[in-house]
Amino acid sequence: MSATQTPSSAGKPSEKNVETVDSVTIRFAGDSGDGIQVTGMRFTTATALAGNDLSTLPDYPAEIRAPAGTLPGVSGFQIHFSSREVLTPGDAPDVLVAMNPAALKANVKDLKNGGILIANKDAFTAGNLAKVSYAKSPLEDGSLSSYRVIPVELSRLTQNALEGMNLSKVHADRCKNFFALGMMYWLYDRPMEPTMKWIEAKFKKTPEMVEANKKALMAGNAFAETAEIFSHHYTVKKAVIAPGVYRNITGNEATALGMVAAAQLSGLALWYGSYPITPASDILHELSKHKNFGVMTFQAEDEIAAIGSAIGASFGGKLAATGTSGPGVALKSEAIGLAVMTELPLVILDVQRGGPSTGLPTKTEQADLLQAMYGRNGECPVPIVAPATPGECFTMVIEAFRISVKYMTPVFFLSDGYLANGSEPWLIPDAAKLPRFAPSAPPAKENFQPYSRDEKTLARPWVAPGIPGYEHRLGGLEKADGSGNVSYDPDNHEHMVRLRQAKVNKVAQDIPPTPIMGPKKGKVLVVGWGGTYGAITAAVKNCQDKGLPVAAIHLRHLNPLPPDLGDILSQYETVVVPELNLGQLLKIIRAKYLVPAVGLNKVKGQPFKISEIEAGIESALKGRGENRDG
Amino acid sequence: MDEDLTKLPAAGPVPAMTKKDFTSDQMVRWCPGCGDFAILASVQKLLPAMGIPREKYVFVSGIGCSSRFPYYMNTYGMHSIHGRAPTLATGLKCARPDLQVWVITGDGDALSIGGNHLIHALRKNVDIKILLFNNKIYGLTKGQASPTSEFGKKTKSTPYGSIDHPINPLAIALASEATFVARAVDTDLPSLGEVLRRAALHKGSVFVEILQNCIVFNDGAWADASDKSLRSDALVNLSHGRPLVFGKDKNRGIRLAKGFTPEVVQFDAGKPPADLLVHDEKAPSPALAHLLAEMGHPPFPSPVGVFRDIERPVLHELMEGQIAQAKKSGTPDLQRLLTGTETWSVN
Repeated sequence: MSATQTPSSAGKPSEKNVETVDSVTIRFAGDSGDGIQVTGMRFTTATALAGNDLSTLPDYPAEIRAPAGTLPGVSGFQIHFSSREVLTPGDAPDVLVAMNPAALKANVKDLKNGGILIANKDAFTAGNLAKVSYAKSPLEDGSLSSYRVIPVELSRLTQNALEGMNLSKVHADRCKNFFALGMMYWLYDRPMEPTMKWIEAKFKKTPEMVEANKKALMAGNAFAETAEIFSHHYTVKKAVIAPGVYRNITGNEATALGMVAAAQLSGLALWYGSYPITPASDILHELSKHKNFGVMTFQAEDEIAAIGSAIGASFGGKLAATGTSGPGVALKSEAIGLAVMTELPLVILDVQRGGPSTGLPTKTEQADLLQAMYGRNGECPVPIVAPATPGECFTMVIEAFRISVKYMTPVFFLSDGYLANGSEPWLIPDAAKLPRFAPSAPPAKENFQPYSRDEKTLARPWVAPGIPGYEHRLGGLEKADGSGNVSYDPDNHEHMVRLRQAKVNKVAQDIPPTPIMGPKKGKVLVVGWGGTYGAITAAVKNCQDKGLPVAAIHLRHLNPLPPDLGDILSQYETVVVPELNLGQLLKIIRAKYLVPAVGLNKVKGQPFKISEIEAGIESALKGRGENRDG
Repeated sequence: MDEDLTKLPAAGPVPAMTKKDFTSDQMVRWCPGCGDFAILASVQKLLPAMGIPREKYVFVSGIGCSSRFPYYMNTYGMHSIHGRAPTLATGLKCARPDLQVWVITGDGDALSIGGNHLIHALRKNVDIKILLFNNKIYGLTKGQASPTSEFGKKTKSTPYGSIDHPINPLAIALASEATFVARAVDTDLPSLGEVLRRAALHKGSVFVEILQNCIVFNDGAWADASDKSLRSDALVNLSHGRPLVFGKDKNRGIRLAKGFTPEVVQFDAGKPPADLLVHDEKAPSPALAHLLAEMGHPPFPSPVGVFRDIERPVLHELMEGQIAQAKKSGTPDLQRLLTGTETWSVN
């Protein structure tokens, strides 16, 4: 899919020409205090209501308010919308809205040749230019000649629009993002009413800010229409989307809603123990709002206490989860081992970010797969699932809980920063049709054995304290098969190690056949997992449109792997594994199936561009695929 | 299963039980002569008398000799990982308020690797009973200095003497605003039993330091407190509303000298001076309890008994309260939650 603006109809004979385009990517950028994320989210809602398919990607700094006007303080929000299916937030923006020189400098290299650059001229002061080492204003020195540069005095125009309102200059200036948004609404023919309503609700405690923001929005809209700066504006037709009722949803929202749903579907109350960490904290925030569902949220003193509380709640018979990012998983490792040994249901959410160590807290990466697979002492297998899109976080977190309860095991749910903060239109599911799951009933009291086994799942029984006659002790020491008593017997230990592995392997029996996009055999198979789904799918479709012999599969279950995976891999000459790491799934696939798969790897804290994957596929087709996993 | 469990009564008519009902079939594997035996026996003796069904008790422990305790109790139990028992106990108690949750820990487990969790379980007033067996040594790892080992203590890991200032467990508990703080001695069974009984009855975070002897790696660490002939001079029993009097002949007491400094005074038995320090375990301020926690033998007698016993809302009730409040404001409707506030239709 291309994100080019393709004129498909001649301009109409009106005051301003209207041009129909099928796909647009816009990036808003400014200081982290400029309201960029709010502006982006409002544009997103308006775009969804206009009937386009869309995908968004916020890109914000780790610092809350880095020094104003500096490169580290630049916050961005990109939206890609189209009359066709949208799979990614877009490779390169068609439009860049830059609120200051730093935002321009950090983002202009991504803008398409001939793209529109709207810059807040008032922010291009000598001081702001110096902060980012511009000797002269790039708006005036000809260095931006390959773009359509539209300098707008955003601050002055906003101040003018709010004249007579008795607002301080600082407060008035804070409305300039809505002035810019109003301009963009005219330029792309978006409805303004949803934003008006949102402003009324958001600022209801300060009526003067309701009025000011609405005035700024309308003034920006009027300015774009009347000022002689745009020769025409654009419309993007409604996309053909499956019928139904939609909302916009981010991955973290979908994860939290999925957790509430899982509790309802299982009839068990939800316990969520967590410690604040980017980019997972929003899940805690969201769940904390839903106490009316009986959700128990616990902000623990640290990552270990967060998972400890969840294991305690699970022992107590509740549906328990802990959520974090990579550094937090590292701290939880020993406790995950305890959950493996005690065979208690538990979901561990890992919203991956750039690592190692503190790494890139606000940027995305897929480099925790091997940590989830192997990052514990001893032979310590844990099932792993990974959603492919923001909306899919909902179904996959329910799947994680289902596996954990059915097989009595901790389960990893690997999201990432891109899925967590990115958003997409979500077909709202029918709650009544979601699949229910429930723990099995306690076995007979006579000769109760806490480590007896269900034949089909190899799960042990889950009997929470409080029931007379089932008193038993769990713990981290090796368990005797059956009785669960402490055992140092060598044969028992090997038996139990193999049993725990066999139980996790059993999860494969629940994994549905893997859908293949493209030919069932042939030249190149692209194997992806997690948040790279959109970019991979778009790239593979583009290649297929060009007639290239390429197929793709996307894995949601990473441990155990789908039972049909080996057969599928064997049908292709070359297997390409794109990942935002140095080749972690690649290592697993090569080791397990002994296929000479090649990696396509990127670790910039940014998602794949479609073009990068297309280039990788074409290179593999030419036999130049290289294994770059070091 | 979930709903049924929480409906079970917390207390009620219970068939008469004995110590034997609380004794598991597992062989007790502490060293002969270990102070842990006396504590185990005291707990097994106490619980049948409390009128709470056996299945409502859960013993949670960390790692160390003391943490093997749950295996020997015929109740529900969890032998968890080093230092983390309070975290599991917190999740368990808040998720299942109907249960009686006890934490068994040691000086290394609670004050070194698990220090953070101890502080937070206490300050949040989680309704759990934490028993800290303090023997001033790492026993299970065979004799290294622990956070309560005295300065200069020679151990396997400190052959030239420990250069770390020891931690005061009770001072930590008081600073963390535990609502029940006490100390007992493993060999003094009547007063240990009484402290445990008070602990069992308290609603809120309980912290009990039990001076416990490790016969193999630190024998005699509490000799003054455990030896009957020395105990009356080395300890002062705290009793709410009563002056601090000690000594075999009950002829010595504690009073405050200048400012807030304690001193020992001698008097004729039966005629204590009027200005002796009077114990107040209910005092809203922890200042007196802190002063007592800082008194140690020698030159002072070490206080034993209940230092502090106050009331504060407990965590699980606060959590339940918020959930109940939220339920009043909106019946849970999953479909409405999934739908959210801003939607659009595609036909």
